[in-house]
Amino acid sequence: MMNSKNVLDSVPEEIEMALGVSRQSYRYGAESIVFKARVEELSGQNINLCYQCGACSSGCPLSKEMDLLPSKVIRLVQLGREDPLYSRTIWICSTCFECEVRCPRGIDIASVMEALRQIMLRRKYSEVRLESIDPEKLRGLPQIALISNLRKLMA
Amino acid sequence: MDDGPRIGVWVCECGGNIGGVVDVEEVVERFRGYVAEVSKETFLCSKPAIDGIRDAVIKQGLEGVILACCTPKMHLETFMRSLEEAGLNRAYIEVVNIREQCSWVHMADPAGATQKTIDLIRGAVERVRCSTPLEPLRMKVIPEVLVIGGGVAGITASLRLAEFGMKVHLVEKRPSIGGHMIQFPKVFPTLDCSQCILTPKMASVSKNPNINLITYAEVSEISGVPGDYTVKVTLKPRGVDLEKCTGCGECSPVCPVEVPNEYDESLGSRKAIYVPFPQSVPPAYTVDFGSCILCGKCLEVCAPDAIILDDRPKEIELRVGAIIIATGYELYDPMNLSNYGYGKYPNVVTGLEMERILDVNGPGMGQLLVPKTQRPIKSVGYILCAGSRDPENGKPYCSKVCCLYALKQAQMLRDRGVEVWLHYIDIRAPGRRYEEFYRATQEKGAMFVKGKVTEVLPYSEKLLVRGEDMMLNIMVENLYDLVVLCPPLVTSDDTLKLAKGLRVPVDEDGFILERHPKLDPLATKRDGVFAAGVVTGPKDIQTTTSEAEGAAMKAVNFLSKERLIEPNKAVIYASLCDGCGACIEVCPESAITLRDGRAQINELLCSGCGACIPSCPKEAMDQQGLSESQLKAQIRGILEPSEAEIKIIAFVEGEVAYTAVDLAGLARIGYPSSFRIIPLPSMSRLKLSHILYAFALGADGVMLLEAPEHEGPYGRAHAISEKRAEEYRLELEDHGIDSVRLWFSRIYIPDWRKLERVFKVFHSTIEGEGPLDPETRAFLRNRLGLT
Repeated sequence: MMNSKNVLDSVPEEIEMALGVSRQSYRYGAESIVFKARVEELSGQNINLCYQCGACSSGCPLSKEMDLLPSKVIRLVQLGREDPLYSRTIWICSTCFECEVRCPRGIDIASVMEALRQIMLRRKYSEVRLESIDPEKLRGLPQIALISNLRKLMA
Repeated sequence: MDDGPRIGVWVCECGGNIGGVVDVEEVVERFRGYVAEVSKETFLCSKPAIDGIRDAVIKQGLEGVILACCTPKMHLETFMRSLEEAGLNRAYIEVVNIREQCSWVHMADPAGATQKTIDLIRGAVERVRCSTPLEPLRMKVIPEVLVIGGGVAGITASLRLAEFGMKVHLVEKRPSIGGHMIQFPKVFPTLDCSQCILTPKMASVSKNPNINLITYAEVSEISGVPGDYTVKVTLKPRGVDLEKCTGCGECSPVCPVEVPNEYDESLGSRKAIYVPFPQSVPPAYTVDFGSCILCGKCLEVCAPDAIILDDRPKEIELRVGAIIIATGYELYDPMNLSNYGYGKYPNVVTGLEMERILDVNGPGMGQLLVPKTQRPIKSVGYILCAGSRDPENGKPYCSKVCCLYALKQAQMLRDRGVEVWLHYIDIRAPGRRYEEFYRATQEKGAMFVKGKVTEVLPYSEKLLVRGEDMMLNIMVENLYDLVVLCPPLVTSDDTLKLAKGLRVPVDEDGFILERHPKLDPLATKRDGVFAAGVVTGPKDIQTTTSEAEGAAMKAVNFLSKERLIEPNKAVIYASLCDGCGACIEVCPESAITLRDGRAQINELLCSGCGACIPSCPKEAMDQQGLSESQLKAQIRGILEPSEAEIKIIAFVEGEVAYTAVDLAGLARIGYPSSFRIIPLPSMSRLKLSHILYAFALGADGVMLLEAPEHEGPYGRAHAISEKRAEEYRLELEDHGIDSVRLWFSRIYIPDWRKLERVFKVFHSTIEGEGPLDPETRAFLRNRLGLT
């Protein structure tokens, strides 16, 4: 469905992934506060409200494709960690809003995902590069699939 | 027929419930001529039947009535009331349980059920023939209440009692009432000012003419009985005349002594002559003689001449009918949790100290400052369950209020822009508006990390806290200006001392044990002693005040009328007693004392468990309503003329085990009809001679069904019996009886299913052994002087 380039290649070493990879102690600092505030601003959500019930992950139709479950994305953002930016999850999210409907604390998780994508897109990172796709194939692809993958258009 | 009382026997068919199995006609025929009156009824509990019995009692001048029907737990009270109206004494009314114990459990054995019914009725008839009239003991109560502890529980209970018109003596050990609640700047979940809501109540206490407020005092001794206690109260020397002191405060500034202030959890200071806090009730000053240097400077400035520097402790005596224990709690000593560095680093404090730091009138006067170093507080880390839910390093229980007060403090800190992290293992907020309060705390940006902190380390002037984030499976290391520990609320030494003096049992954590944790939570195991607030376990202010209101109501209820006490008391034949004191050691209620070389029973304290009676080597003791002659007559009546092949007497504890036997009946569980049940208050009432007597008169086996110690109504009496049964078993062997013929089991109510097996196993054991041989019986009869 999506190209499977290893996103971990581009992860800054000091961050690493929270996917059980990093056991390094984490310290909350100014950078964390700025990042969290940025996500809250872009998404319009109060991330602190999450109490880690897991309803978003269990309701998500695509969670089995994700490297980071939606609930963990929220938890990491709560702690001001940038790990989710480098996960496949934010690109796999189809914005179906199931998570928002299920969230008992009323957090619009899909909008948080969108905010994270925006941060990446503004860093000129694109998950899908049109030029890397064979023009023949490109012609055969449904337009809607392309648009939804070119999140730039939504940003 | 003998010359005893004229007795009537009524046998109920209970529709077909009894009549379908037991041959009621046959039963009636057997008793014709044996008693003055015998007849059957289709439904004995119907109004016409009860009226008929009453009329027969009056017309035929009956002096005793035996009702063979369902369990006495069903209708005994109705029968009693109705027959008492006809002039019968309670001691002459017996209900024989032939439904739960015969027809419902021996459906497959109608002949056995009929024989058993006849035997049981005969036992009751013989027992009533040996009865003597009983009157309930009547006792006037003192309509005054002692409330111990002047926290929010004691204050609330006192006010409610006084409002009712009851005279209250409120004893508080500190110079002012208010308790811990007055130390809190705000209370959850409403965030209203605790002092604003409590101070008016404190003022009402001091103004209420029905409340005798005794502060700076401790209860030193309590004696007497429920309804009439004599209480000694020691007044600590206050050094100030309460009447004269106007609370002007001229004395304090001139005092040269400065010591830590208890009210501020020792974070601030006070003088040797002081009021704990400005709104203290009473508003009078107190001299702390522990630190006063007797310089006399305060004397010079005291205009009303209220200071007494040579004050001495005084003792006063109160007489009250009921007592409410409201002595509150202490915090678990965090010094025990050395890994958290309390006492080592000035910036590790307890939740209670944090309350004072957050108070605008606290030691920082509204500024958030680290104690001692006075550095401003910009970030705070909370360590929840610091010693709670941890039987290895603290207390096993959840302290219930810590999550909520930590959330409250977190909100107060967030409102002032402080970074707050809460390290928790579970956030427990089950209460009205508590979950909402948790959400509001999150909304304000407090950070939550699931995972218990193991260590607090110094990091320049801050503290480094390392904890797992269990959500992410990573470690979190944070630096805080201040770490707040939330240790569990624990019972206090004062409470334990008081409980000991009142002989009120406490639980494994030292909290006062409720009479029943679900159904009677405000009463203690002792009549006339009630409890409210954290003395029975950690709880919030809402629950504490509800309990205080309830405890006040219970005390009023207890004192509202003359006490009628069941006359089932132990008695001593003084001429036989040699004052050996064996009974005194046994009595679970401490109701027996030695006077003039003889044991004497306090009837008001005696619970009627019967445990003392077998302990008397002189056979000088007996019990009213369950006398030796009654018990023996019943055993004889059941066994001697019985035609059953195998006869087993089952002595059954009357409340718990008896109910289990009833439930087995209700479920129609079948067991052999050889068992004949005699209820007793506890198995410790049984002497070896009772068991030998049963064997002599025809029993082939004896079973004891005891209640578990904590389930039965008589506490320790239920524990004593097991050891006694062991001894009896050895003695039986000495009498030539195989010890397998004596069975002991503990049965609690849900165990009723187990009864089927217990009965069947014991029956087949006895069947295997065969009936007791005639020589042994003859030997026993001879030994017991039976002809």
